[in-house]
Amino acid sequence: MTIKIKSFGELKELQEKIKAGRDPRKPGITLCVGTGCLAHGAMKVADAFREEIDKRGLSVKIDFRKTGCHGFCERGPMVIISPENIFYQHVKVEDVGDILEKTILKGEVIDGLLYANPQSGEKYVHEDEVPFYKLQTRTVFGMNSKVDPKNMEDYLAVDGYSALAKALAMNPEDIVREVVTANLRGRGGGGFPAGRKWEETSKAKGSPKYVICNADEGDPGAYMDRSLLEGNPHLVLEGMIIGAFAIGSSEGYIYVRNEYPLAVENINVAIKQAREAGLLGENILGSGFSFDLKVNRGGGAFVCGESSALFASLEGRAGEPRAKYVHATEKGLYDKPTNLNNVETWANVPFIIQNGGDWYAGIGTDHSKGTKIFSLVGKINNTGLVEVPMGTSMREIVFDIGGGILNNRKFKAIQTGGPSGGCIPEAYLDMPVDYDELTKVGSMMGSGGMIVMDEGTCMVDLARYFTNFLASESCGKCVPCREGLQRMREILVDITEGRGQEADIELLESLGASIKDGALCALGSSAPNPVLSTIRYFRDEYEAHIKEKRCPAGVCKALITYSVDPAKCTGCTLCAKVCPVGAATGEKKKVHAIDPDKCTRCGACKESCQFDAIIVR
Amino acid sequence: MEEKVSEIVQGYGGDKSYLVPIMQDVQKEFGYLSRDALTAISANLGVPISRVYEVATFYKAFSLKPKGRHHISLCMGTACHVRGAELISGNITDMLKIKDGETSADMEYSFETVGCLGACALGPIIVADGEYHGEMNIAKTTKLLKKLGKKV
Ligand SMILES: Cc1cc2nc3c(=O)[nH]c(=O)nc-3n(C[C@H](O)[C@H](O)[C@H](O)COP(=O)(O)O)c2cc1C
Ligand code: SF4
Ligand code: FES
Repeated sequence: MTIKIKSFGELKELQEKIKAGRDPRKPGITLCVGTGCLAHGAMKVADAFREEIDKRGLSVKIDFRKTGCHGFCERGPMVIISPENIFYQHVKVEDVGDILEKTILKGEVIDGLLYANPQSGEKYVHEDEVPFYKLQTRTVFGMNSKVDPKNMEDYLAVDGYSALAKALAMNPEDIVREVVTANLRGRGGGGFPAGRKWEETSKAKGSPKYVICNADEGDPGAYMDRSLLEGNPHLVLEGMIIGAFAIGSSEGYIYVRNEYPLAVENINVAIKQAREAGLLGENILGSGFSFDLKVNRGGGAFVCGESSALFASLEGRAGEPRAKYVHATEKGLYDKPTNLNNVETWANVPFIIQNGGDWYAGIGTDHSKGTKIFSLVGKINNTGLVEVPMGTSMREIVFDIGGGILNNRKFKAIQTGGPSGGCIPEAYLDMPVDYDELTKVGSMMGSGGMIVMDEGTCMVDLARYFTNFLASESCGKCVPCREGLQRMREILVDITEGRGQEADIELLESLGASIKDGALCALGSSAPNPVLSTIRYFRDEYEAHIKEKRCPAGVCKALITYSVDPAKCTGCTLCAKVCPVGAATGEKKKVHAIDPDKCTRCGACKESCQFDAIIVR
Repeated sequence: MEEKVSEIVQGYGGDKSYLVPIMQDVQKEFGYLSRDALTAISANLGVPISRVYEVATFYKAFSLKPKGRHHISLCMGTACHVRGAELISGNITDMLKIKDGETSADMEYSFETVGCLGACALGPIIVADGEYHGEMNIAKTTKLLKKLGKKV
């Protein structure tokens, strides 16, 4: 698209023209090509669709669209057939011809491609009937399945940039007021009210003022920001342009993680398109307001998600945080007033402007408004991105939407808030999920990662995992974090390797408290959370490691032995074949045995055994 | 090399605040950041070599050593961790005789662990020479390494 849109009227005209050119009854095939589905081989499926559509001369008869992530990554590659909204999952290259012949041309539903409930076996034809989607409120994320991220017309066809036009006709103070009324809280971790931040930045003295989008998404196990940026980049852009106008900023940055190449690509394409269309750059939509944006790739450091470290990184320095007695809203990037918000925070803005702050404040709980996208991963059936109103219960998310625990095992805990968060045990499953409730039970919202764990997850090992991650990501600027986390890691390694001592738990608790008090930035001050929360709820597991030198979950290598259950072993010889050190031996059709002296506890036999005959204790 | 670095620096208008992206581009070009490359960046951009070195060692994305012919990244994000990525890491180390972040002596394989790749639904995940392999386990990893030419 190279037409320059010069006024609000022209934007409206263009949207209408695009919509008029689209027949809602025309058959359409939508294929998800987000990172998750790509890893499932979606690009090959896309190529097959293109080829088969051409071969059959159907290219004028059907719309074929490649979109970003729809959220149900577990079931990729995913196809939606419109206008009926038929939902096909795990679509392979071989299925492409059938979909065209049967569903598109004859209107038949292909039973084998439908989603079946893993518990009841019930099958669902339409996307909105699938429990995973049915129970969600996909306000922000739902648009992903309607737009090709590389095609701005798709975004305009769903009234994209209307909120921007509306905002540009408003007073900047009124825009800020709407966001304050909405009580939109930051989605990146801290939960700070966005409206207040905007207000402070707009009132701060200094120029230029910067607006920045934090797309560093360092929480390992969360990927909603990637999916938004990758799947609907114009939504994030629209939010940022509105914010820039409200604050009085002319320059902005998007700081994206280096590990997200597709997000970098799509946001760059979107920026170029928006510039050409007159939605970015000089005199946006003829309003007289000018604003432009640059994209910067991060260098792979978790701490760079922290605001002051992010600024340092943008300035071309090592990403070390600084003390926060001066707010970024006054002195941020290059010591100028800076407004930093997370990807999802920005993506909420167009909806607030379009529908009003009061509408937004009507969703959610007292102090947590709107919907939140969670990344539901780990030992769960329906892995994916889930958007629900704040205040939805944990049980609903894990069991009704998430479909329960993988392989019908028992739920043990859920970890929220990423490396700064904590573990929540079963007793709290019915709690409503919002910023304050999560903090009350010793965890936090963070960016919305939810890692589900079953009885096969060792909580001490998990605490060691997070502490190890944070100790290696500590920037090293301040002592409590740099040295304290090292010590915590050493103690946890000792416990998991069988060298734990009686007073270790108390030592961890007091170390944790000191680090919380003394660390300069939130990386350090929240780093003890995973340890403290697992001690709080799973103290007996720590004690089993320390006193009995036993790992109840069967994870910590130094504390477990592999053996064969004679009642279950059929003598199939598979374990003996896969064992790399010759520890598993036996004759065909006779019960096998594992030599504990040779065994390296690599897990190969347990993984291969079809009869669940390998015991780990 | 001098020329290429100078070209990349010019591409960013010689702006010092682009140090990190410039270094990313140089690394992409040569596979790693050699001593000469760092010196060239410093000279072309007018940034002290100590700053360039500081940035090169601070960020995980930079490597000061050349990488092997095959590049294996294993996701160690939380979702992959709880699904058994640690056991897979052990298997890779056993087979290739190199640890996280190392390159084999014959320059055939580099192995590193990375944070979440954003495809947790398919965890554990390995990216081998740019290709994603989902739902990995020990046996599949062994097969993958054999396919990449590892003799066992
Ligand atoms: C160690 C650390 C890492 C962080 N990583 C991120 C991140 O990856 N993405 C993000 O949006 N915020 C991250 N934050 C929070 C930011 O500092 C900041 O609060 C946030 O980007 C502000 O935007 P919001 O108010 O819209 O959430 C991190 C904070 C800390 C202390
Ligand atoms: S708390 Fe840790 S990450 Fe933050 S400044 Fe101190 S050393 Fe750096
Ligand atoms: S934790 Fe491995 S892809 Fe997210």
